[in-house]
Amino acid sequence: MIDIGIGHYLTLAAIIFLIGVVGIFLNRKNIIVILMSIELILLAVNINLVSFSIFMNDISGQIFTLFILTVAAAEAAIGLAIIVVYYRNSGTIRVEEIEKLKG
Amino acid sequence: MTAHAFFFYFFSFIAVVSAIMVTVSRNTVHSVFFLILDFISISSLFIMIGAEFLGMIMLIVYVGAVAVLFLFVVMMLNVAKQENTWFKSSTNSAHIPIGLLVGIIIFFEVIIVIGGWKYKPDLTSKITLSDITNTHSIGNVLYTDYIHLFQLSGMVLLVAMIGAIVLTFRKRDGLKRQSYFKQLARERNDGVSLVEVKSNEGIKIDD
Repeated sequence: MIDIGIGHYLTLAAIIFLIGVVGIFLNRKNIIVILMSIELILLAVNINLVSFSIFMNDISGQIFTLFILTVAAAEAAIGLAIIVVYYRNSGTIRVEEIEKLKG
Repeated sequence: MTAHAFFFYFFSFIAVVSAIMVTVSRNTVHSVFFLILDFISISSLFIMIGAEFLGMIMLIVYVGAVAVLFLFVVMMLNVAKQENTWFKSSTNSAHIPIGLLVGIIIFFEVIIVIGGWKYKPDLTSKITLSDITNTHSIGNVLYTDYIHLFQLSGMVLLVAMIGAIVLTFRKRDGLKRQSYFKQLARERNDGVSLVEVKSNEGIKIDD
């Protein structure tokens, strides 16, 4: 309990990952919260990579965390741009009312 | 070791609670606040565990760029039917208490992470660490072995930037813009015409 090992960090990452996934499914508000849940999931992956990198004394995990950070930033920018365009076209970004892709 | 355990449980508790609050809070602005708190807690954990460079980069990228981008979009779209209360600051603004709460917690975290930094050698004494710092070793590997991936990630960022601009760009009617091509392509005959004027009659110009 006192001795903090890699298991503690992996458990924390698993909890945050789970919260992110559950947040995607239980969301009834708007798409922005779904994007934030995706950010939480990527954050959990980052915790995993960094803790393995530290406890196994291998720097590659932190390098990959940097790349994940890059991709997460790009994804947030593109996703928010799409949301802005969708809101401009249809006037709503509530999850239940988005049905333009149904065809 | 006890101190490290204390700091770990402190930061991870705040991180988990704020992650839950991101998903369950009714107001989207509060969600963004708690997302910022979550990122700061996790980056404090990174700094404590010994990955200082990544902790700082996470602060800069996530809190400084991504979360502020989220906040901008939330405020711009005026989602969740907030009836514009966000923009009326004086009358019953519900954001101030949550914002103050998050700000106070972040303040104490920033103070406490200094203590966690002090007790870091307790953790890392087990594993063999070389003399060079974390940033130094990341630079050593990133610019040699992973240089192609590094450049590719720069391309990813460039494509994301261009894509975001192209997506949100729109042409508006009714705006008068200077058009260099039209100006330069204008011939003399388009604007000037010579007319013969008879004396004592004048000329009628229709334009």
